[in-house]
Amino acid sequence: MDAILENLPLYWEGLLRTLFLSTVSGVIALVLGTLLAAARVSPVAALRGFSTTYVEILRNTPLTIAFFFSAVVLPRLGVTFEQFEVAAIIALSAYTAAFIAEAVRSGVNSVHIGQAEAARSIGMKFSQVLSLIILPQALRTVIPPLINILIALVKNSSVAGAFLVLELFGYGRQLANTYGDQVMAVLLGVAFFYLLITVPLGILASTVERKVAISR
Amino acid sequence: MSSVLYDVPGPKARRVSLIGSVVGSLVILGLLAWIIMTLAQQGIFEGRRWAIFTRADVWLLLGNGLGATLTAAALAAVIAFPLGLMLCLLRISDVAAIRIPTRVVLEFLRGMPVVLMMFFVLLVFGTNAFTAVVAGLVLYNSAVFSEIIRAGIQSLPKGQREAGLTIGLTSFQSRMIIELPQAVRRMMPSLVAQLVVLLKDTSLGYIVAYGELLRAVQVMADFLGTAFLFPVFFVAAGIYIAVNICVSRIAVWIERRGTKKAAGGVAKAEPEPIEAAAP
Repeated sequence: MDAILENLPLYWEGLLRTLFLSTVSGVIALVLGTLLAAARVSPVAALRGFSTTYVEILRNTPLTIAFFFSAVVLPRLGVTFEQFEVAAIIALSAYTAAFIAEAVRSGVNSVHIGQAEAARSIGMKFSQVLSLIILPQALRTVIPPLINILIALVKNSSVAGAFLVLELFGYGRQLANTYGDQVMAVLLGVAFFYLLITVPLGILASTVERKVAISR
Repeated sequence: MSSVLYDVPGPKARRVSLIGSVVGSLVILGLLAWIIMTLAQQGIFEGRRWAIFTRADVWLLLGNGLGATLTAAALAAVIAFPLGLMLCLLRISDVAAIRIPTRVVLEFLRGMPVVLMMFFVLLVFGTNAFTAVVAGLVLYNSAVFSEIIRAGIQSLPKGQREAGLTIGLTSFQSRMIIELPQAVRRMMPSLVAQLVVLLKDTSLGYIVAYGELLRAVQVMADFLGTAFLFPVFFVAAGIYIAVNICVSRIAVWIERRGTKKAAGGVAKAEPEPIEAAAP
């Protein structure tokens, strides 16, 4: 226990860095993923093709490969980062965007056909149908799966710790090295701080799911 | 499905759409060309960098890496599935003293990063990397499998269990003989989708220095020189993606097969692929 109590500030710092990584990557991934989903259902074939290819490839790429590419391969290609965190954010948001795109797309498919038909029959264009009628309804259905993807994002951000970014897992590794005799306590401490983020989010997801399920 | 969002295009809309397609393709092609130019400037496409793929030992190393990846994934899946079934039975037990602790354990396992579990096993129990990778994958995925199967059991009509109890089966027998087989079958697409996640997570073994595919890339780059990093990485990533897409296709195929069966009178499973296949 000493190792945890003595290093509470370090844990706290790690928690904040994890939250920072997850929030920034999450926001970028939400924007990118929604754009990809819109491209996927658009009338323009080239955009559909691009979006499909992106989602298929990124969804089937292990996160570690994405990180390795961003942190190790990109710098060798002349793209250098001041901080490792930038590489981590690129990898996390590019990876998560593919899953968000899939979730949003299935949400779009879940909106009743009549909604789009009604919108079109009063003369709305594709962009209006999508942004005013379909997406607002689709987003409501996909909020629970989106929260689940964000929970996964928080857990995935731990991979950044292995690529020299100091967040919860990164600090945990450092502490485990320093306190060789209290490894178990140190790592259980790390687990506790992850649960502090993921469990409330999980409860939120199931609450929202119940609410949406009733109104449909 | 997408045609619902816009009218069948007339001549004008088709022209606009065609122009959009051409412009969009040009932008994407331009982007690709720019990437390829940048890579070419770094000398990525020099023949000597790719000539290493004519060497047998390079393929042997990659093959060993892939073998290590698949071994860990297969072993973890084989252990995690029965364990998940067992956890599921405990989680839905009629006895609160069994149900509640199981639930706490499951929440704990599902809320933690897999890499943390691997690291935990590696350091606390002082195991080798292989055991740590398999144990981490088993702990996490058995919890996820358990939740998927539970969702399957809860989606069954109540009458299934009631009928079982009525003809004199015990609660356990009803679960094993009547409910579980149906639940597993209903949830097959989600279970296979989770297998893809498991296979992908094997690459976390890189972090605990398990000699899987990505580690093989790193070893080769260190050994041959960083000039060869890009070609080797590119090929390894291609292998990973190809294997994963194959498994994903199996999931889609099973799902289609299930739907076809459903048309023949078997109840269709509630679609729940997004949640189960969260990254």
